[in-house]
Amino acid sequence: MNALETVNLEKRFGGIVPTNDVNLKVREGARHALIGPNGAGKTTLINLLTGVLKPSKGRVMLGAQDITSLSPHKRVSLGMARTFQINQLFGDLTPLESIALVIGEREKLGTRFWQAFGSNEKIVEEATVLAKQFGLADVLAERTSSLPYGKQRQLEIALAIAGKPRVLLLDEPAAGVPETERHEILETVAALPKSVTVLLIEHDMDIVFGFADRISVLVDGKLFVEGEPKEIENDPRVRAVYLGERADD
Amino acid sequence: MKEAAAALKRKRAWHWLEYVFWLAAAASIFLLPSQHALLTQIAIWSLFALSLDLLLGYAGIVSLGHAAYFGFGAYVAALFAINFYGEPVTGLLVAGVAAGLLGLITSLLVLRGTDLTRLMVTLGIALVMYEIANQMSWLTGGADGLTGMPVNPVLGVFPIYFITTNSYVYVLVVLFILLVIAKRIVHSPFGYSLRAIKGNPLRASSIGIPNNLRLIAVYTVAAAYAGVAGALLAQTTPVVSLTYIDFQRSADVLLMLIIGGTGYLYGGIVGSALFLVAQKFIGNVTPQYWEFWIGFALVVIALFARDRGVFSIFERIIAALRKEKAKS
Repeated sequence: MNALETVNLEKRFGGIVPTNDVNLKVREGARHALIGPNGAGKTTLINLLTGVLKPSKGRVMLGAQDITSLSPHKRVSLGMARTFQINQLFGDLTPLESIALVIGEREKLGTRFWQAFGSNEKIVEEATVLAKQFGLADVLAERTSSLPYGKQRQLEIALAIAGKPRVLLLDEPAAGVPETERHEILETVAALPKSVTVLLIEHDMDIVFGFADRISVLVDGKLFVEGEPKEIENDPRVRAVYLGERADD
Repeated sequence: MKEAAAALKRKRAWHWLEYVFWLAAAASIFLLPSQHALLTQIAIWSLFALSLDLLLGYAGIVSLGHAAYFGFGAYVAALFAINFYGEPVTGLLVAGVAAGLLGLITSLLVLRGTDLTRLMVTLGIALVMYEIANQMSWLTGGADGLTGMPVNPVLGVFPIYFITTNSYVYVLVVLFILLVIAKRIVHSPFGYSLRAIKGNPLRASSIGIPNNLRLIAVYTVAAAYAGVAGALLAQTTPVVSLTYIDFQRSADVLLMLIIGGTGYLYGGIVGSALFLVAQKFIGNVTPQYWEFWIGFALVVIALFARDRGVFSIFERIIAALRKEKAKS
């Protein structure tokens, strides 16, 4: 069973085709990585998966359901969550408020205009526990915008996890995190429950090979090759277009 | 865990300044009888500015046409009183529902596009409403205004018709009730979702918030509030004219809110009080300089205060004084 699948997915911007006939299959419970050189169309693909962009052709399937025409928030309620390459947080809210907000929305309580936010003890407790897991226990009530970058990065992932997704898209989770704090993020990612299917979009090969059990390589908007980490590592074509390119840097 | 819940609770608890403010407002009923006409105006503008704060301060929607709902509420209240029933609270409810409906319908236009588009659309809606009121003079009285509106005693017991002090009490009570409700709304899960949309719409939709539905909801509520404010002015004046719905009113309410500060509900009250008191006194001394001072205040606030309006200027002064004190 595939948790997430694209069928002949295509996106055109005028003459540019950043996503060209992509058939990506992410198995249930997989740790799937999507790699590719700059400009390969990774960001466009993730935007198509999450509903930020509408495809020109093809379909996106979440489990057995066709979600191609659904808006981003509907996809979330069906169990898809994502993180962003560049932090997308609520600067004026605290980590606790942000996480509690996600949990409340997950439980469909977000329209309760007559209730006090934070009066639901279950939600506050769940948010507190989650914040602790992500190393945010000491900054629960600080304004998010005042947090150091590493903490913000943790919160970025915590917000996605708080929605209890079945499928999680991680867009370069370690981007911009200093080397000293990197292991924390990687531990967080590695500790994600196995029931969650993860699609990791990543640039850093150490992270990819340390994490993924399946790798897809995207080049010029097309799925170039897919396989086990070992196969990808040893594939001469991949080395040529991707790993080779890195060696030139 | 306990502290976390307590921290959330503190945010929605009443600040001591709020108690002071409402005690002062209640005291003004007895202590400032000569100013009740002005205070009534302030309270009505406060409610109008509060309704704009729900949009701008909590949902991040800029509007230059909020008088559309204020004016619509006023005309509805007056026409309802003339043709059906002159009890004021009933009139407020009818005006609020009508303005809310207008808000609901027009929100579908306003919420398309980004800030500048929204600004233009709100402006356009208000201009259209103004011209409709002007053209339908058989109904609205057009440029002559709508007169002859009966104002029965409130709930059948409390007369306000041309009784300045009673009018003030009535308006103040309505403002208080609607502020308490607004406070409840902005501190609810719904209110937090609005803040999330304002802060980061992209992320809000990726945690499952249906941004547009929430914005439509708050736009409807804000329009209803504005309609009630308009109805209050109609009932206490009691003439409804095209000035209720003109551009000047939309601009003034935005000015008041910016002066008082957005996003804490009292900004509209502070701003409209400063604006109207200053208008009265500066206007008495040097009427020709009124625009100068309001422009000057706006520049200062835009440069130094931003969100919290005059309050952040006070905060800065207090912080600076404390620093001085710490030094000596």
